[in-house]
Amino acid sequence: MMETKTCDLVRRIGDDGQLLQNKTLNLSEYELRGLYKKMLMARLYDERAFRLQRQGRIGTYPPYSGQEAAQVGSAFALEKGDWLFPYGRDLAACFTFGKDMKTALLYAMGHKDGSLVPDDVNIFPLAIMIPPQIPQAVGAAWASKLKGEDRVALTTFGDGATSKGDFHEGLNMAAVLKVPAVFLCQNNKWAISVPIEKQMATETISQKAFAYGMPGVRVDGNDVLAVYEVTKEAIMRARNGEGPTLIEAVTYRVGPHTTSDDPTRYREDTIAQEWKSKRDPVFLFKNFLLKQGLWTEEEDAETAERMKNEINEAVKEAESTAKTKLSDIFDHVYETPTTDLILQKEEISSEQFITK
Amino acid sequence: MPVKTIVQAVNEAMEIALEQDPSVMVMGLDVGTNGGVFRATEQLQEKFGEHRVVDTPLAESGIVGTAIGLAANGMKPIVELQFMGFIYSAMDQLCSQAARVRFRTGGRFTAPMVIRGPFGGGVHALELHCDSYESFFTHTPGLKVVIPSSPYDAKGLLLAAIQDPDPVVFFEPMKIYRSVKEEVPDEAYTIPLGKAKIVKEGEDLTIVSWGAPVHIAKKTAEKLQSEKGVSVEVIDLRTLVPFDTETVINSVRKTGRVIVMHEAVKTSGFGAEVASRIMEEAFLYLESPVERVTGFDTPYPFPQVEHEWMPNENRLLRAVDKVLHY
Repeated sequence: MMETKTCDLVRRIGDDGQLLQNKTLNLSEYELRGLYKKMLMARLYDERAFRLQRQGRIGTYPPYSGQEAAQVGSAFALEKGDWLFPYGRDLAACFTFGKDMKTALLYAMGHKDGSLVPDDVNIFPLAIMIPPQIPQAVGAAWASKLKGEDRVALTTFGDGATSKGDFHEGLNMAAVLKVPAVFLCQNNKWAISVPIEKQMATETISQKAFAYGMPGVRVDGNDVLAVYEVTKEAIMRARNGEGPTLIEAVTYRVGPHTTSDDPTRYREDTIAQEWKSKRDPVFLFKNFLLKQGLWTEEEDAETAERMKNEINEAVKEAESTAKTKLSDIFDHVYETPTTDLILQKEEISSEQFITK
Repeated sequence: MPVKTIVQAVNEAMEIALEQDPSVMVMGLDVGTNGGVFRATEQLQEKFGEHRVVDTPLAESGIVGTAIGLAANGMKPIVELQFMGFIYSAMDQLCSQAARVRFRTGGRFTAPMVIRGPFGGGVHALELHCDSYESFFTHTPGLKVVIPSSPYDAKGLLLAAIQDPDPVVFFEPMKIYRSVKEEVPDEAYTIPLGKAKIVKEGEDLTIVSWGAPVHIAKKTAEKLQSEKGVSVEVIDLRTLVPFDTETVINSVRKTGRVIVMHEAVKTSGFGAEVASRIMEEAFLYLESPVERVTGFDTPYPFPQVEHEWMPNENRLLRAVDKVLHY
């Protein structure tokens, strides 16, 4: 058999919960605490959103619990002005980079403003399709390069996305054009019910990078410090004009694909339970901070309480936001509505139009 | 004034746009050194460099997808597809992505770009290179659809499309790429999207068309005038989205008889849309049902029969007879 080049798994936090030997931290204590708070907030939001769906208060929701290290750790390495092209299960990255919870809830409620971001935050809408965001991120990165800016585009996607044409076309173009893009695959091992063994015949996802002519990195996706470090390095390379990187963050989808999915139909729960109990990224990082003396259980409880209140506020705000009106949807099809759109908008505004 | 072909007019429009606006770029397979498989981008890379006129890898979805990112981040990409037949590979990026960027983000992000390339039959091209694809895109809100039928229009419409704030699919009729020539000014000018052109005025009958068949309509109309004294009005829609209903309806109110002619297959072709609009807005003016002269509901056929399959003068004359003697 031909020898294939694969990548070693990058880790920072060891099994004992301490920083691995010979590793240094490039984050201040303030930043470490900030990083953890973002993970905790993301986890609490996800748990609340799941319940909101069960209560019928939001629509179909793809939970991301268990992937916070990959999502928060990668987005934490971006700087203002950079670009994020997230996949559908990536709200924690979006929150980290500047999307607010109220907007995320509006999206889940089917409101027109659910993909809005502040003017100085470049987060594209959640891709939903798989994975058009990869070439799009390449384009945004390419534009930065052409304009002589040092802005980087980070795009995220799952393991299933690597089987699609846009993964190949996007990575190939990125490498050929040497654009400042970072590709972060969250390998959670499942594409709805199809396990990774049925998705690809390669041992790793990161090794695919070598075929495109770019560095490939394989990182423990539940170790937020490791994800942050490798993403930061990839971003630095991109900013320095050294081209794109593919990162494989190895993690596990401990929950269902979405709130409409029932994993008991296709897998035993034991592996998910093991990841939950032994490899939970929020717990692992909290444990690390506790051991470093950078965090206490009291702070944790207080912070969680405060965050739950913030989430409550966001839910209240989202639920009290005026609902989208049918007449709202005609304004942003084109910059200037066509005559047909103007007439259709007038039609639904007339008294004779029966809405229910 | 110099006489030019559609290919030359398209080339000139891109040259002007590249000259006028530093954010404009041309991208696609073969657009660089080769100057495009139809020479539409000839000399552009020499003049503007390989960062503005870019030979990309062979990847229609990747090309359109990157164009979205480029456009969202301030560039103005003109994507050349060697043949519009290859556009199916980019359908997701075009229809579910580019078309909806503005809508999904309330205008926070936009994807102004032009996807252009040759389409249509009648040149004995390889199979899968000849279809007429316009209805896929007229059926996709968020896209504009432009189809010039003359060099003068091609230049003005392409410059307008490049300046447009929304994604435009720009179909260039392959059959008349070089066979139709006319005077085209060297300087820049635009023709607004959404305005049809009355190619020939008439009183008895209206023919609505776009792309290459416009020339069949015009020639047939002239023949009918001189040989039978039938006065035919010929309308070239030029832009299908936005659709210039007004020009069509005004004509129908005058003539009361309509034929829509297009190369695309009949079922769900844009001719059905034209006919419906006429029903909605000028029903009582009609003297006969709206007739369609189109491709048949088969895949684009084998070259040995393509000239019989495509709308031609004989089929148009039969429709004229039917409409006039209803």
